[in-house]
Amino acid sequence: MTEEVVITDQDDLIINVGPQHPSTHGVLHLVITLNGETVKKVEPHLGYIHRSIEKMCESLTYRQFIYTTSRMDYLSSHINNHCCAMCVEKGLQVEVPPRAQVIRVLMDELTRLASHQLWWGALAMDVGALTPFFLAFREREMINDIMEETCGTRLTMNYMVPGGVMADIHPNFQRRVHEFLAHFKRKIDEYDELITDNIIFQNRTKGIGFISKEDAISYGMSGPSARGSGVQCDIRKLYPYEVYDKLQFKEIIESGGDCFARYMVRMKEMKQSMSIVEQLIDNIPEGDFQAKTKNVLKLPKGEFYSRVETARGELGVYIISEGGTTPYRIKFRSPGYSNLSALDHMTRGQKIGDMVAIMGTLDLVIPDIDR
Amino acid sequence: MTREELKIKITELFPTAGFEEGGDTSAAGWLNVQIEATAWLPLAEQLKQKPEFHFDYLFCVTGVDWKTHLSMVYHLTSTIHRHTIVIKSKLDRNNPEIESVAHIWRTAEFNEREAYEMFGIKFLHHPDLRLLILPEGWEGKNPMRKDFEDPVNMIRL
Repeated sequence: MTEEVVITDQDDLIINVGPQHPSTHGVLHLVITLNGETVKKVEPHLGYIHRSIEKMCESLTYRQFIYTTSRMDYLSSHINNHCCAMCVEKGLQVEVPPRAQVIRVLMDELTRLASHQLWWGALAMDVGALTPFFLAFREREMINDIMEETCGTRLTMNYMVPGGVMADIHPNFQRRVHEFLAHFKRKIDEYDELITDNIIFQNRTKGIGFISKEDAISYGMSGPSARGSGVQCDIRKLYPYEVYDKLQFKEIIESGGDCFARYMVRMKEMKQSMSIVEQLIDNIPEGDFQAKTKNVLKLPKGEFYSRVETARGELGVYIISEGGTTPYRIKFRSPGYSNLSALDHMTRGQKIGDMVAIMGTLDLVIPDIDR
Repeated sequence: MTREELKIKITELFPTAGFEEGGDTSAAGWLNVQIEATAWLPLAEQLKQKPEFHFDYLFCVTGVDWKTHLSMVYHLTSTIHRHTIVIKSKLDRNNPEIESVAHIWRTAEFNEREAYEMFGIKFLHHPDLRLLILPEGWEGKNPMRKDFEDPVNMIRL
Protein backbone atom coordinates (compact mmCIF):
# COMPACT_ATOMS: atom_id res chain seq x y z
CA MET A 1 0.00 0.00 0.00
CA THR A 2 2.91 2.34 0.49
CA GLU A 3 3.81 4.78 -2.22
CA GLU A 4 6.17 3.60 -4.94
CA VAL A 5 9.75 4.63 -4.25
CA VAL A 6 10.95 7.19 -6.78
CA ILE A 7 14.41 6.77 -8.18
CA THR A 8 15.88 10.04 -9.33
CA ASP A 9 17.22 10.01 -12.90
CA GLN A 10 20.04 12.14 -14.13
CA ASP A 11 17.60 14.23 -16.18
CA ASP A 12 15.38 14.94 -13.20
CA LEU A 13 15.19 18.42 -11.86
CA ILE A 14 14.90 18.97 -8.14
CA ILE A 15 13.46 22.31 -7.15
CA ASN A 16 12.71 23.86 -3.81
CA VAL A 17 9.39 25.60 -3.37
CA GLY A 18 9.45 27.68 -0.24
CA PRO A 19 9.92 28.20 2.64
CA GLN A 20 9.21 31.70 1.36
CA HIS A 21 6.89 31.28 -1.58
CA PRO A 22 3.57 33.00 -2.29
CA SER A 23 1.74 29.81 -3.26
CA THR A 24 2.50 27.94 -0.04
CA HIS A 25 0.60 30.53 2.06
CA GLY A 26 3.11 30.30 4.84
CA VAL A 27 6.49 28.87 5.55
CA LEU A 28 6.16 25.44 4.02
CA HIS A 29 9.15 23.97 2.21
CA LEU A 30 8.52 21.47 -0.58
CA VAL A 31 11.28 19.62 -2.38
CA ILE A 32 9.87 18.64 -5.74
CA THR A 33 11.40 16.10 -8.11
CA LEU A 34 10.43 16.98 -11.66
CA ASN A 35 10.71 15.13 -14.91
CA GLY A 36 10.17 17.85 -17.46
CA GLU A 37 7.01 19.47 -16.20
CA THR A 38 5.65 16.36 -14.52
CA VAL A 39 5.89 15.99 -10.77
CA LYS A 40 7.52 12.71 -9.73
CA LYS A 41 7.63 13.29 -6.02
CA VAL A 42 6.86 15.98 -3.46
CA GLU A 43 8.62 15.92 -0.14
CA PRO A 44 7.43 18.39 2.50
CA HIS A 45 9.86 19.78 5.04
CA LEU A 46 8.07 21.20 8.04
CA GLY A 47 8.99 23.00 11.20
CA TYR A 48 9.68 26.55 10.05
CA ILE A 49 6.94 27.78 12.34
CA HIS A 50 7.06 24.99 14.89
CA ARG A 51 6.60 26.41 18.40
CA SER A 52 6.04 23.11 20.19
CA ILE A 53 2.67 24.20 21.49
CA GLU A 54 2.11 20.73 22.92
CA LYS A 55 5.19 21.01 25.11
CA MET A 56 4.33 24.57 26.09
CA CYS A 57 0.86 23.47 27.19
CA GLU A 58 2.37 21.00 29.64
CA SER A 59 3.45 23.92 31.80
CA LEU A 60 0.32 26.03 31.37
CA THR A 61 -2.85 25.71 33.42
CA TYR A 62 -6.18 24.61 31.99
CA ARG A 63 -7.25 28.23 31.63
CA GLN A 64 -4.00 29.39 30.07
CA PHE A 65 -3.33 26.70 27.48
CA ILE A 66 -6.37 27.63 25.41
CA TYR A 67 -4.73 30.90 24.40
CA THR A 68 -1.90 29.14 22.62
CA THR A 69 -4.34 27.24 20.42
CA SER A 70 -5.58 30.42 18.74
CA ARG A 71 -2.15 30.47 17.17
CA MET A 72 -2.43 27.03 15.60
CA ASP A 73 -5.00 27.37 12.88
CA TYR A 74 -5.28 31.12 13.04
CA LEU A 75 -8.20 31.19 10.60
CA SER A 76 -10.28 28.92 12.83
CA SER A 77 -9.17 30.26 16.18
CA HIS A 78 -12.67 30.22 17.66
CA ILE A 79 -13.10 26.59 16.75
CA ASN A 80 -9.70 25.63 18.18
CA ASN A 81 -10.57 27.36 21.46
CA HIS A 82 -13.94 25.66 21.37
CA CYS A 83 -12.41 22.19 21.15
CA CYS A 84 -10.03 22.82 24.04
CA ALA A 85 -12.78 24.32 26.19
CA MET A 86 -14.98 21.30 25.47
CA CYS A 87 -12.21 18.91 26.46
CA VAL A 88 -11.68 20.69 29.79
CA GLU A 89 -15.45 20.80 30.38
CA LYS A 90 -15.60 17.04 29.86
CA GLY A 91 -13.06 16.61 32.63
CA LEU A 92 -14.78 19.06 34.97
CA GLN A 93 -18.23 17.76 34.01
CA VAL A 94 -19.52 21.28 33.61
CA GLU A 95 -22.75 21.90 31.78
CA VAL A 96 -22.49 24.84 29.40
CA PRO A 97 -25.51 27.21 29.59
CA PRO A 98 -27.74 27.21 26.49
CA ARG A 99 -26.93 30.83 25.70
CA ALA A 100 -23.21 30.10 25.62
CA GLN A 101 -23.79 27.04 23.42
CA VAL A 102 -25.64 29.08 20.83
CA ILE A 103 -23.08 31.89 20.91
CA ARG A 104 -20.33 29.33 20.43
CA VAL A 105 -21.99 27.78 17.40
CA LEU A 106 -22.67 31.23 15.92
CA MET A 107 -19.03 32.19 16.35
CA ASP A 108 -17.85 28.87 14.90
CA GLU A 109 -19.95 29.29 11.80
CA LEU A 110 -18.93 32.92 11.29
CA THR A 111 -15.32 31.81 11.61
CA ARG A 112 -15.90 29.07 9.06
CA LEU A 113 -17.38 31.63 6.69
CA ALA A 114 -14.42 33.97 7.12
CA SER A 115 -11.96 31.14 6.67
CA HIS A 116 -13.64 29.86 3.50
CA GLN A 117 -13.80 33.38 2.11
CA LEU A 118 -10.08 33.81 2.57
CA TRP A 119 -9.49 30.36 1.03
CA TRP A 120 -11.65 31.28 -1.95
CA GLY A 121 -9.76 34.49 -2.59
CA ALA A 122 -6.38 32.84 -2.15
CA LEU A 123 -7.22 29.89 -4.39
CA ALA A 124 -8.43 32.17 -7.16
CA MET A 125 -5.23 34.16 -6.81
CA ASP A 126 -3.15 30.98 -7.00
CA VAL A 127 -4.72 29.97 -10.30
CA GLY A 128 -4.32 33.42 -11.78
CA ALA A 129 -7.34 35.60 -10.94
CA LEU A 130 -6.37 38.49 -8.73
CA THR A 131 -9.69 40.31 -8.25
CA PRO A 132 -11.43 37.68 -6.07
CA PHE A 133 -8.81 38.17 -3.39
CA PHE A 134 -9.97 41.74 -2.86
CA LEU A 135 -13.64 40.76 -2.97
CA ALA A 136 -13.11 38.04 -0.40
CA PHE A 137 -11.27 40.38 1.90
CA ARG A 138 -14.05 42.94 1.67
CA GLU A 139 -16.57 40.43 3.01
CA ARG A 140 -14.16 38.93 5.50
CA GLU A 141 -13.55 42.38 6.91
CA MET A 142 -17.21 42.58 7.95
CA ILE A 143 -16.89 39.37 9.97
CA ASN A 144 -13.65 40.57 11.51
CA ASP A 145 -15.40 43.77 12.59
CA ILE A 146 -18.19 41.76 14.20
CA MET A 147 -15.59 39.67 16.03
CA GLU A 148 -13.68 42.73 17.12
CA GLU A 149 -16.74 44.25 18.76
CA THR A 150 -17.58 41.16 20.77
CA CYS A 151 -14.22 39.50 21.38
CA GLY A 152 -11.89 42.47 21.30
CA THR A 153 -9.57 40.95 18.71
CA ARG A 154 -9.76 40.22 15.03
CA LEU A 155 -7.73 37.05 14.63
CA THR A 156 -6.70 35.39 17.88
CA MET A 157 -10.01 35.57 19.67
CA ASN A 158 -9.52 33.53 22.87
CA TYR A 159 -13.22 34.06 23.44
CA MET A 160 -14.24 30.55 24.45
CA VAL A 161 -13.27 29.60 27.98
CA PRO A 162 -14.07 26.49 30.03
CA GLY A 163 -17.72 26.84 31.03
CA GLY A 164 -18.90 29.09 28.25
CA VAL A 165 -17.69 32.26 26.59
CA MET A 166 -15.59 35.03 28.09
CA ALA A 167 -18.08 37.90 27.76
CA ASP A 168 -21.61 38.43 26.57
CA ILE A 169 -22.19 39.43 22.96
CA HIS A 170 -22.05 43.09 22.03
CA PRO A 171 -25.47 44.81 21.76
CA ASN A 172 -24.78 45.45 18.08
CA PHE A 173 -23.94 41.81 17.37
CA GLN A 174 -27.29 40.65 16.01
CA ARG A 175 -27.85 43.74 13.90
CA ARG A 176 -24.43 43.53 12.32
CA VAL A 177 -24.71 39.83 11.60
CA HIS A 178 -28.01 40.52 9.85
CA GLU A 179 -26.34 43.24 7.82
CA PHE A 180 -23.54 40.88 6.90
CA LEU A 181 -25.91 38.10 5.87
CA ALA A 182 -27.94 40.42 3.67
CA HIS A 183 -24.73 41.66 2.06
CA PHE A 184 -23.03 38.30 1.59
CA LYS A 185 -26.14 36.59 0.19
CA ARG A 186 -25.92 38.84 -2.83
CA LYS A 187 -22.18 38.54 -3.07
CA ILE A 188 -21.92 34.76 -3.02
CA ASP A 189 -23.79 34.59 -6.31
CA GLU A 190 -21.22 36.99 -7.63
CA TYR A 191 -18.52 34.59 -6.44
CA ASP A 192 -20.17 31.83 -8.46
CA GLU A 193 -20.44 33.95 -11.57
CA LEU A 194 -16.88 35.10 -11.30
CA ILE A 195 -15.06 31.87 -10.50
CA THR A 196 -17.27 28.77 -10.28
CA ASP A 197 -18.76 29.19 -13.75
CA ASN A 198 -15.52 30.46 -15.18
CA ILE A 199 -14.28 28.12 -17.91
CA ILE A 200 -10.62 28.90 -17.26
CA PHE A 201 -11.02 28.07 -13.58
CA GLN A 202 -12.89 24.87 -14.39
CA ASN A 203 -10.15 23.80 -16.79
CA ARG A 204 -7.58 24.42 -14.10
CA THR A 205 -9.39 22.35 -11.46
CA LYS A 206 -11.53 19.63 -13.08
CA GLY A 207 -9.81 16.25 -13.13
CA ILE A 208 -6.77 17.66 -11.33
CA GLY A 209 -5.38 16.24 -8.10
CA PHE A 210 -7.65 13.23 -7.89
CA ILE A 211 -7.76 11.21 -4.70
CA SER A 212 -10.05 8.23 -4.21
CA LYS A 213 -12.29 7.70 -1.20
CA GLU A 214 -10.18 4.78 0.07
CA ASP A 215 -6.95 6.75 -0.20
CA ALA A 216 -8.47 9.79 1.47
CA ILE A 217 -9.49 7.62 4.43
CA SER A 218 -6.14 5.87 4.54
CA TYR A 219 -4.31 9.20 4.62
CA GLY A 220 -6.51 10.28 7.51
CA MET A 221 -7.90 13.22 5.55
CA SER A 222 -10.83 15.10 6.99
CA GLY A 223 -12.94 18.16 6.42
CA PRO A 224 -13.94 19.57 3.03
CA SER A 225 -10.86 18.02 1.41
CA ALA A 226 -12.05 14.52 2.30
CA ARG A 227 -15.72 15.26 1.65
CA GLY A 228 -14.75 16.18 -1.91
CA SER A 229 -13.81 12.51 -2.30
CA GLY A 230 -17.09 11.27 -0.87
CA VAL A 231 -15.93 10.52 2.67
CA GLN A 232 -18.56 11.06 5.33
CA CYS A 233 -16.58 12.86 7.99
CA ASP A 234 -18.43 15.94 9.22
CA ILE A 235 -17.99 15.87 12.99
CA ARG A 236 -20.93 18.24 13.36
CA LYS A 237 -23.15 15.44 11.99
CA LEU A 238 -21.36 12.30 13.16
CA TYR A 239 -20.64 13.35 16.74
CA PRO A 240 -22.82 16.42 17.31
CA TYR A 241 -21.70 18.84 19.98
CA GLU A 242 -23.40 21.93 21.46
CA VAL A 243 -26.62 22.60 19.53
CA TYR A 244 -25.64 21.10 16.18
CA ASP A 245 -28.05 18.18 16.60
CA LYS A 246 -30.99 20.59 16.79
CA LEU A 247 -30.11 22.43 13.59
CA GLN A 248 -31.30 21.82 10.09
CA PHE A 249 -28.37 21.11 7.83
CA LYS A 250 -27.10 18.35 5.60
CA GLU A 251 -23.56 17.08 5.33
CA ILE A 252 -22.14 18.24 2.02
CA ILE A 253 -20.47 15.47 0.07
CA GLU A 254 -19.13 15.54 -3.47
CA SER A 255 -17.92 12.42 -5.22
CA GLY A 256 -15.55 13.90 -7.79
CA GLY A 257 -12.38 13.64 -5.70
CA ASP A 258 -10.65 16.33 -7.78
CA CYS A 259 -9.87 19.96 -7.09
CA PHE A 260 -13.22 21.13 -8.40
CA ALA A 261 -15.12 18.78 -6.07
CA ARG A 262 -13.22 20.12 -3.06
CA TYR A 263 -13.91 23.62 -4.30
CA MET A 264 -17.65 22.93 -4.57
CA VAL A 265 -17.80 21.47 -1.05
CA ARG A 266 -16.43 24.69 0.41
CA MET A 267 -18.67 26.90 -1.72
CA LYS A 268 -21.71 24.95 -0.55
CA GLU A 269 -20.46 25.04 3.02
CA MET A 270 -20.45 28.81 2.92
CA LYS A 271 -24.13 28.80 2.01
CA GLN A 272 -24.76 26.18 4.67
CA SER A 273 -22.97 28.20 7.34
CA MET A 274 -25.08 31.21 6.44
CA SER A 275 -28.22 29.13 6.88
CA ILE A 276 -27.01 27.88 10.28
CA VAL A 277 -26.29 31.45 11.40
CA GLU A 278 -29.74 32.48 10.18
CA GLN A 279 -31.40 29.73 12.18
CA LEU A 280 -29.70 30.85 15.38
CA ILE A 281 -29.18 34.58 15.23
CA ASP A 282 -32.70 35.51 16.33
CA ASN A 283 -33.00 32.60 18.74
CA ILE A 284 -30.21 33.23 21.22
CA PRO A 285 -31.70 32.11 24.54
CA GLU A 286 -31.51 34.39 27.56
CA GLY A 287 -29.43 33.43 30.54
CA ASP A 288 -25.83 33.11 31.63
CA PHE A 289 -23.04 33.17 29.12
CA GLN A 290 -20.72 31.23 31.40
CA ALA A 291 -21.17 28.42 33.87
CA LYS A 292 -19.74 28.89 37.32
CA THR A 293 -16.33 27.29 37.58
CA LYS A 294 -13.61 27.39 40.20
CA ASN A 295 -10.80 29.87 39.82
CA VAL A 296 -8.20 27.12 39.66
CA LEU A 297 -9.28 24.27 37.43
CA LYS A 298 -8.21 20.74 38.27
CA LEU A 299 -9.00 17.85 36.01
CA PRO A 300 -9.39 14.38 37.53
CA LYS A 301 -6.84 11.72 36.62
CA GLY A 302 -7.69 10.23 33.26
CA GLU A 303 -7.83 10.79 29.54
CA PHE A 304 -10.11 13.16 27.70
CA TYR A 305 -10.67 13.50 24.00
CA SER A 306 -12.81 16.03 22.22
CA ARG A 307 -13.24 16.66 18.52
CA VAL A 308 -14.75 19.45 16.47
CA GLU A 309 -15.09 20.31 12.81
CA THR A 310 -12.85 23.26 11.99
CA ALA A 311 -12.85 24.97 8.62
CA ARG A 312 -10.12 22.53 7.56
CA GLY A 313 -11.36 19.31 9.09
CA GLU A 314 -11.34 17.33 12.25
CA LEU A 315 -9.45 18.84 15.16
CA GLY A 316 -8.93 16.54 18.12
CA VAL A 317 -7.69 17.53 21.55
CA TYR A 318 -6.36 14.66 23.62
CA ILE A 319 -5.57 15.52 27.23
CA ILE A 320 -3.91 13.12 29.63
CA SER A 321 -4.35 14.38 33.16
CA GLU A 322 -2.56 13.25 36.29
CA GLY A 323 -4.96 15.19 38.49
CA GLY A 324 -3.04 18.45 38.65
CA THR A 325 -3.69 21.95 37.41
CA THR A 326 -1.67 21.43 34.23
CA PRO A 327 -2.06 18.71 31.60
CA TYR A 328 0.45 15.88 31.81
CA ARG A 329 0.41 15.46 28.06
CA ILE A 330 -1.65 17.15 25.43
CA LYS A 331 -1.93 16.23 21.78
CA PHE A 332 -3.56 18.26 19.07
CA ARG A 333 -4.70 16.15 16.19
CA SER A 334 -4.59 18.82 13.54
CA PRO A 335 -6.47 18.43 10.28
CA GLY A 336 -3.79 20.08 8.14
CA TYR A 337 -1.11 17.59 9.13
CA SER A 338 -3.00 14.61 7.74
CA ASN A 339 -4.22 16.50 4.70
CA LEU A 340 -0.67 17.53 3.86
CA SER A 341 0.53 13.93 4.04
CA ALA A 342 -1.71 13.17 1.05
CA LEU A 343 -0.11 15.92 -1.06
CA ASP A 344 2.64 13.67 -2.42
CA HIS A 345 0.10 11.05 -3.51
CA MET A 346 -2.18 13.63 -5.15
CA THR A 347 0.50 15.47 -7.10
CA ARG A 348 2.35 12.50 -8.58
CA GLY A 349 2.05 12.53 -12.36
CA GLN A 350 0.50 16.01 -12.37
CA LYS A 351 2.01 19.11 -13.90
CA ILE A 352 3.97 21.52 -11.74
CA GLY A 353 1.50 24.31 -12.49
CA ASP A 354 -1.38 22.22 -11.22
CA MET A 355 0.35 21.59 -7.94
CA VAL A 356 -0.56 25.11 -6.91
CA ALA A 357 -4.23 24.40 -7.52
CA ILE A 358 -4.01 21.13 -5.56
CA MET A 359 -2.38 22.86 -2.62
CA GLY A 360 -4.97 25.62 -2.82
CA THR A 361 -7.88 23.20 -2.59
CA LEU A 362 -6.29 21.37 0.33
CA ASP A 363 -6.50 24.69 2.20
CA LEU A 364 -3.31 24.25 4.18
CA VAL A 365 -2.58 26.56 7.08
CA ILE A 366 1.03 26.03 8.05
CA PRO A 367 0.92 26.94 11.78
CA ASP A 368 -1.81 24.32 12.08
CA ILE A 369 0.49 21.70 10.56
CA ASP A 370 3.60 22.61 12.53
CA ARG A 371 1.89 23.49 15.84
CA MET B 1 -19.83 -3.42 17.22
CA THR B 2 -20.33 -2.22 20.72
CA ARG B 3 -17.57 -1.83 23.24
CA GLU B 4 -18.30 -5.20 24.89
CA GLU B 5 -18.46 -7.08 21.59
CA LEU B 6 -15.13 -5.62 20.53
CA LYS B 7 -13.64 -6.60 23.85
CA ILE B 8 -14.74 -10.23 23.49
CA LYS B 9 -13.49 -10.43 19.91
CA ILE B 10 -10.08 -9.01 20.74
CA THR B 11 -9.67 -11.26 23.78
CA GLU B 12 -10.33 -14.25 21.52
CA LEU B 13 -7.66 -13.18 19.07
CA PHE B 14 -5.13 -11.79 21.55
CA PRO B 15 -5.53 -13.32 25.00
CA THR B 16 -2.65 -11.21 26.37
CA ALA B 17 -4.43 -7.91 25.66
CA GLY B 18 -5.39 -5.86 28.67
CA PHE B 19 -8.32 -3.47 28.94
CA GLU B 20 -8.66 -0.19 30.75
CA GLU B 21 -11.93 0.62 32.41
CA GLY B 22 -13.39 3.93 33.41
CA GLY B 23 -12.40 7.37 32.22
CA ASP B 24 -13.99 9.73 29.81
CA THR B 25 -13.01 7.96 26.61
CA SER B 26 -14.62 4.70 27.69
CA ALA B 27 -17.74 6.62 28.65
CA ALA B 28 -17.94 7.63 25.00
CA GLY B 29 -17.97 3.95 24.08
CA TRP B 30 -14.31 3.73 23.18
CA LEU B 31 -12.46 0.56 24.04
CA ASN B 32 -9.01 1.12 25.55
CA VAL B 33 -6.69 -1.78 24.80
CA GLN B 34 -3.22 -2.38 26.23
CA ILE B 35 -1.00 -4.56 24.09
CA GLU B 36 2.68 -5.53 23.98
CA ALA B 37 4.73 -3.86 21.29
CA THR B 38 5.40 -7.20 19.58
CA ALA B 39 1.68 -7.93 19.20
CA TRP B 40 0.84 -4.54 17.69
CA LEU B 41 1.52 -5.36 14.04
CA PRO B 42 -0.56 -8.59 13.93
CA LEU B 43 -3.35 -6.81 15.79
CA ALA B 44 -3.23 -3.85 13.42
CA GLU B 45 -3.50 -6.14 10.40
CA GLN B 46 -6.52 -7.88 11.90
CA LEU B 47 -8.18 -4.59 12.81
CA LYS B 48 -7.86 -3.29 9.29
CA GLN B 49 -8.67 -6.45 7.34
CA LYS B 50 -11.42 -8.24 9.28
CA PRO B 51 -14.74 -7.04 7.89
CA GLU B 52 -16.38 -7.01 11.32
CA PHE B 53 -13.67 -4.61 12.60
CA HIS B 54 -12.91 -2.58 9.49
CA PHE B 55 -10.88 0.04 11.33
CA ASP B 56 -9.79 2.05 8.31
CA TYR B 57 -9.42 5.54 9.77
CA LEU B 58 -6.40 6.14 11.98
CA PHE B 59 -7.13 9.60 13.30
CA CYS B 60 -4.66 10.16 16.09
CA VAL B 61 -1.19 8.75 16.66
CA THR B 62 0.89 9.96 19.52
CA GLY B 63 3.55 9.05 22.03
CA VAL B 64 3.47 9.67 25.75
CA ASP B 65 6.43 9.84 28.12
CA TRP B 66 5.51 8.28 31.46
CA LYS B 67 9.03 8.86 32.89
CA THR B 68 9.45 5.13 33.66
CA HIS B 69 8.47 4.04 30.18
CA LEU B 70 7.13 5.44 26.92
CA SER B 71 3.88 4.48 25.29
CA MET B 72 2.35 4.79 21.86
CA VAL B 73 -1.35 5.59 21.56
CA TYR B 74 -3.32 4.88 18.40
CA HIS B 75 -6.90 6.08 17.95
CA LEU B 76 -8.79 4.15 15.30
CA THR B 77 -12.28 4.37 13.98
CA SER B 78 -14.29 2.64 11.29
CA THR B 79 -15.97 4.69 8.60
CA ILE B 80 -18.57 1.94 8.12
CA HIS B 81 -19.36 0.63 11.60
CA ARG B 82 -18.51 3.89 13.40
CA HIS B 83 -16.90 2.19 16.38
CA THR B 84 -13.75 3.56 17.92
CA ILE B 85 -10.85 1.83 19.61
CA VAL B 86 -7.78 3.13 21.42
CA ILE B 87 -4.66 0.95 21.33
CA LYS B 88 -1.84 1.60 23.75
CA SER B 89 1.50 -0.05 23.81
CA LYS B 90 4.21 0.24 26.47
CA LEU B 91 7.75 0.73 25.22
CA ASP B 92 11.11 0.51 26.92
CA ARG B 93 12.36 4.03 27.58
CA ASN B 94 16.01 3.30 26.73
CA ASN B 95 15.34 1.41 23.54
CA PRO B 96 11.81 2.17 22.33
CA GLU B 97 10.96 0.08 19.28
CA ILE B 98 7.65 -0.76 17.64
CA GLU B 99 6.63 -1.99 14.21
CA SER B 100 5.54 0.66 11.74
CA VAL B 101 2.00 0.51 10.39
CA ALA B 102 2.61 2.92 7.52
CA HIS B 103 1.76 0.19 5.00
CA ILE B 104 -1.64 -0.36 6.62
CA TRP B 105 -2.70 3.24 7.20
CA ARG B 106 -0.74 5.70 5.10
CA THR B 107 -1.32 8.54 7.52
CA ALA B 108 0.91 6.66 9.97
CA GLU B 109 3.98 7.48 7.89
CA PHE B 110 3.93 11.19 8.84
CA ASN B 111 2.63 10.66 12.33
CA GLU B 112 5.30 8.08 13.11
CA ARG B 113 7.97 10.42 11.87
CA GLU B 114 6.68 13.01 14.32
CA ALA B 115 6.74 10.51 17.19
CA TYR B 116 10.22 9.43 16.12
CA GLU B 117 11.72 12.88 16.39
CA MET B 118 9.74 14.07 19.39
CA PHE B 119 10.06 10.93 21.54
CA GLY B 120 12.86 8.98 19.88
CA ILE B 121 10.66 5.97 19.23
CA LYS B 122 12.07 3.76 16.47
CA PHE B 123 9.54 2.43 14.01
CA LEU B 124 10.79 -0.78 12.50
CA HIS B 125 10.33 -1.18 8.73
CA HIS B 126 9.18 2.40 8.31
CA PRO B 127 9.64 3.46 4.66
CA ASP B 128 11.35 6.76 5.41
CA LEU B 129 12.21 7.42 9.03
CA ARG B 130 13.83 10.86 9.10
CA LEU B 131 13.37 14.14 10.91
CA LEU B 132 10.31 15.97 9.62
CA ILE B 133 9.69 18.98 11.84
CA LEU B 134 13.03 19.44 13.64
CA PRO B 135 16.00 20.79 11.71
CA GLU B 136 19.19 18.84 11.03
CA GLY B 137 21.36 18.13 14.05
CA TRP B 138 18.46 17.24 16.34
CA GLU B 139 18.84 13.48 15.91
CA GLY B 140 18.90 11.85 19.31
CA LYS B 141 17.45 14.84 21.17
CA ASN B 142 13.81 14.29 21.89
CA PRO B 143 12.11 17.52 22.92
CA MET B 144 8.78 16.04 23.99
CA ARG B 145 10.38 13.78 26.57
CA LYS B 146 9.86 14.94 30.13
CA ASP B 147 13.55 15.11 30.96
CA PHE B 148 14.46 17.26 27.94
CA GLU B 149 16.30 20.39 28.97
CA ASP B 150 16.84 23.36 26.72
CA PRO B 151 18.76 26.08 28.56
CA VAL B 152 17.74 28.77 26.06
CA ASN B 153 14.03 28.44 25.43
CA MET B 154 12.72 26.40 28.35
CA ILE B 155 9.28 27.41 29.49
CA ARG B 156 8.63 26.76 33.12
CA LEU B 157 6.08 28.20 35.48
